Amino acid sequence: MIRDGFILASILLALGTAGVLVRRNIMFVLMSIEVMLNAAGLAFIVAGARWSQADGQILFLFILATAAAEVSVGLALVLRFYHQYKLLDADAASKMRG
Amino acid sequence: MQVVFYISGAIAILATVLMLTRMNAVHALLYLVVSLLAIAVVFYVLGAALAAALEVIIYAGAIMVLFIFVVMLLNLGETAANEERRLLTASMWVGPAILSAVLIAEFVYILSAESHGNFPAPVGPKQVATALYAPYLIGVELASMLLLAGIVGAYHLGFRKVRKGDS
Repeated sequence: MIRDGFILASILLALGTAGVLVRRNIMFVLMSIEVMLNAAGLAFIVAGARWSQADGQILFLFILATAAAEVSVGLALVLRFYHQYKLLDADAASKMRG
Repeated sequence: MQVVFYISGAIAILATVLMLTRMNAVHALLYLVVSLLAIAVVFYVLGAALAAALEVIIYAGAIMVLFIFVVMLLNLGETAANEERRLLTASMWVGPAILSAVLIAEFVYILSAESHGNFPAPVGPKQVATALYAPYLIGVELASMLLLAGIVGAYHLGFRKVRKGDS
């Protein structure tokens, strides 16, 4: 079950990576990043369960805090993006000028 | 219990795939919530009860509410009404509902099954808390500073400057 937990984490990480690469809607990119962070947390939990240590869950808590901070800043950026371009296509902001 | 682990993992993968293939952001968010709940079940089966509770409360609760809030903010005008009309059809919520029902059945099965088989020894919340506030205290402080930076950054980015000539 431990090995299968790691397999599940890697499948979810691969799916998140595919989502970041495939989707152009900036909301979906953020959601895929959430999936990837969650997969990393799952890997930590599985490793913590393997040795029955609390460290895995603590690292998961830190990933949770990072994800919360990332989402708040990312969604604020999405709002700014939408007000500027009136669409959510990530390719619209490929030119780096304000 | 092992069966619960595999069913939850399959639900997590399936819901994530469905999330990535949706066109509407709200439908994708529903599938993402289902995927997070399935991973919470996986956490519980692995003996991480505190992580499972936090996954439900913070990930599936707080962070997803933020996402839905932004999606609602962006859907302005009459397109929002059309979206709402489209959302009320049964085909939109039947997928997440079925996956969630399987998760509920699993929860009932877990809570009714008393004996733990050859499972990893559960790591209780007390064990996590004592480790979190002794060797990992610097990490907690750094996480709080990161969250403060996140608040300030989100406030700064969300602050719309009213320029002259802007309509």
